[in-house]
Amino acid sequence: MSTAYAEKSGFGATLWDYLTTVDHKKIAILYLIGGGFFFLLGGLEALIIRAQLLFPDNELIQAGTYNQIFTMHGTTMIFLAAMPLIFALMNAIVPLQIGARDVAFPFLNSLGFWLFLFGGVLLNCSWFLGGAPDAGWTAYAPLSTTAEGHGVDFYALGLQISGAGTLIAGINFLVTIVNMRAPGMTYMRMPLFTWTSFVTSVLILFAFPALTVGLFLMMFDRLFGANFFDPAMGGNHIIWEHLFWIFGHPEVYILVLPIFGLFSDIISTFSKKRLFGYSAMVFAVVLIGFLGFMVWAHHMFTTGLGPIANSIFAIATMAIAVPTGIKIFNWLFTMWGGSIHMTTAMLWAVAFIPSFTLGGFGGVMLAAAAADYQYHDTYFVVAHFHYVIVGGVVFGVFAGLHYWWPKMFGKVLNEKLGKWAFWPFFFGFHLTFFIQHFLGLMGMPRRYWKFQPDQGLELGNIVSSSGAVLMTIGAVIFLINVVYTSIKGEDAGADPWDGRTLEWAIPSPPPFYNFKQTPLIRGLDPLFIEKQQGNGKMTPAEPLGDIHMPNNSIVPFIMSFGLFVAGFGLIYQVDDATWLWAVGIGLAITLFSMLFRSVKDDLGYHIHKEDLEEEADAE
Amino acid sequence: MKGWMGKSRILFSLTLLMLVLSGCGKTNLTALDPKGEGAESIYDLMMLSVIIMTGVGIVVLVIYTFVLIRYRRREGHEDYVPKQTEGNKFLEILWTVIPILLLVVLAIPTVQKTFMLADTTPSAEDEKDAIKIEVSGQLYWWHYTYNGQEIQASQDLYIPTGERVYLNLKSQDVIHSFWVPSLAGKMDTNPGENENEMFIQAYEEGVYYGKCTEFCGPSHSIMDFKIVAVSPEEFDQWVSDMQNVNADATPESASAQEGKELFKQQACIGCHAIGSYPNSNVGPNLTNFGDRVEIAGVLDNDKESLVDWLQDPEKYKPGNLMTGKYGDTESAKPLTDEEASKIADYLLQLKPSEVSPESAEADE
Repeated sequence: MSTAYAEKSGFGATLWDYLTTVDHKKIAILYLIGGGFFFLLGGLEALIIRAQLLFPDNELIQAGTYNQIFTMHGTTMIFLAAMPLIFALMNAIVPLQIGARDVAFPFLNSLGFWLFLFGGVLLNCSWFLGGAPDAGWTAYAPLSTTAEGHGVDFYALGLQISGAGTLIAGINFLVTIVNMRAPGMTYMRMPLFTWTSFVTSVLILFAFPALTVGLFLMMFDRLFGANFFDPAMGGNHIIWEHLFWIFGHPEVYILVLPIFGLFSDIISTFSKKRLFGYSAMVFAVVLIGFLGFMVWAHHMFTTGLGPIANSIFAIATMAIAVPTGIKIFNWLFTMWGGSIHMTTAMLWAVAFIPSFTLGGFGGVMLAAAAADYQYHDTYFVVAHFHYVIVGGVVFGVFAGLHYWWPKMFGKVLNEKLGKWAFWPFFFGFHLTFFIQHFLGLMGMPRRYWKFQPDQGLELGNIVSSSGAVLMTIGAVIFLINVVYTSIKGEDAGADPWDGRTLEWAIPSPPPFYNFKQTPLIRGLDPLFIEKQQGNGKMTPAEPLGDIHMPNNSIVPFIMSFGLFVAGFGLIYQVDDATWLWAVGIGLAITLFSMLFRSVKDDLGYHIHKEDLEEEADAE
Repeated sequence: MKGWMGKSRILFSLTLLMLVLSGCGKTNLTALDPKGEGAESIYDLMMLSVIIMTGVGIVVLVIYTFVLIRYRRREGHEDYVPKQTEGNKFLEILWTVIPILLLVVLAIPTVQKTFMLADTTPSAEDEKDAIKIEVSGQLYWWHYTYNGQEIQASQDLYIPTGERVYLNLKSQDVIHSFWVPSLAGKMDTNPGENENEMFIQAYEEGVYYGKCTEFCGPSHSIMDFKIVAVSPEEFDQWVSDMQNVNADATPESASAQEGKELFKQQACIGCHAIGSYPNSNVGPNLTNFGDRVEIAGVLDNDKESLVDWLQDPEKYKPGNLMTGKYGDTESAKPLTDEEASKIADYLLQLKPSEVSPESAEADE
């Protein structure tokens, strides 16, 4: 790197750099650290849950504490672990896969991250301030609106702030993928990970407003004495269920679609074949995204919507199995006739196929409305959604991290340790959750703080808990791998996996401007095409010229901090009106930051052509 | 990686072994051993879906296993580039159409059963005799009103065998869900105007275990109840016994008599009715308390447990509405040992009918 834009070194400078960065690759690392931290926290909560359910009538923890722990486990894993980890991968890779120098709105990208982080921190502050939310991650009214203490207030405000960040990030990726593709990168040449990130962003755009509205109504019920959900005052608590699931069902597809894309890329790369039925895969993704919105009421079969509504939603839900099945078979036939290289990333991808298929079977079974009267709210459901979320999303994140770690950090994660982490996690996962299908049918409802002795539920619970220990071992070995690789890992080079897509055409980690010259795309799997034709690198689509870059900014951090302060104020103004000052101060910080951002010209800067040439000479 | 399939086979057989060891859950709790019309009908649907899924699963697993064994990269072939296939129209159409057909096979009985289970209007000839019960979910117990029969009961729901019993479900506070896995599927009880209906039916006599399945607070996991299915004759007997309860009857033993006085003094009567009227459901109706299968749904029905419960209900059911409502609420134990013991004697002798859970179990 030339001295013209060398960075300052030292801890303070690095910290400041990350607080102010608008570089999507650094924001990816921030998301990875944030999401990773909350993943460990959610995992710890899961372990406590499984410890409490080790024996019947266990008195390890109190009922109230248990309710807080499983509520926070669900909330944390969905909103604060899975989503940010997916955003980490999307931020790190999507702009590279489409040949872009940056995302469409770098400033907003940073704002999205800080809102997520401050929302998550606010939510978790509840642990130290009189108790976490305890109404389940679905927070059904009137249990949530009448819950004592401030736990549910933290839920409403924390998720509101965090959700705003997600919405911003979603819009950003939507615009980025629509507007910033390199010349020749038509829609039907986009790698599947980009495609699925695109559809996920559309889902975020439409789903999160429903959550925003729901949380707003809940906030007004709890903090300002409104009665939207109180039947005694003419409200209707079922409205919450609808609003929550109109968001909540697409949410699971928001989580899993990018993972489908990432597995498509991985399976294609390590089978050395182009994706089988590419256009069918794209069609399937779009269809899943669309249907994802049409089926929310399948979470409410026992609410009493009546047989007509139940039947319609049952059939719409079953329909999702078709595009999902198409994907499974296309993956199998991508490997068919290929040359399968079993790296750790591929191992996770290969393990995902049967695991997710089982999860899908559970989904079809649950979709049969009449049968759901037995499954609903039991461990059968717990088993099903862990099969899709762990067997899909978590496996996917592990696969994605092993696959793209070299691109993100310039070092290959240790393969041997990677496989050692895989096996206990894989077996632990099936041990924990497979048996839960049966526990549910044998009469164990979900969210049970304890189960009764002599009801035939003992053995299943012990098996399930021991699986959780194995999963923990796997996760810890992965962490060891990360540390080991950071210290002793081998340098990756630009293309360690013999990749097919654009991100492998530039150095690892990529320079902060990504592509010196925007590449010309000549087909699906552009890098593979160039390799086959003996070029080995991308043909530039433009002459070398000045590159425009955005300036770093601390404003997103301050803006999010303002909302964090205002959130506290809103929660505590119920007890003491002087807290309204905090609301005022917090909002003032945020609004002033917005004003500052609006009036101050921030035109960014240019990397000059000469500097780029100089750099090329130095290499 | 070589032993991949071997390892998964071990996992599979271990799982099977575990299922055999655990039996299939307690009788009269599990949905896998249906004992009533609703549960059986759902069980058939479940099995149909399992069969279809197993079929699909075998196809996937066979292709999967074959691919992973056959197409692993071999040594010396690192640089081999396989043929880049675009796709195959025929195959893709095949694995679109077949699942659609399979889903149609599943969808038809699903819709049929969904409507069948929602049919909660008795036929014209049964209308007059049909048993209709108002079920109310409470923090953390269940209350029943037998329509047209002037009977109030809590926790244990008596029904005759072989007959559909129609339930009208609602809640007094938050959402609960009424579930007796071996008899029927579950249905939520909503607060406010959104009342739900369902029917239950038991083929044979017995005590069936029910649970609350919608998260409702700290004691959600112990909001258990029982369905006591007895023969139609015994049921008629029970109904008439319950209708003719003399709530003021003087208990036989002296201790129970004192207990009855204490029951009044401590204002227990303010929440708990004995006898089906006055019509109160603030707390569980105690008319046939002595016959309960379990106290509070989860404790053994004996004097020791009852004394413990009366002295500290919070310990057994956190967040319940009885805590702190009587006696000297400042002290840890609102009732002295003696007081609790007398009240327990009084409550345990409340057995207005010969028909009890034992009659259901003895006839099995």
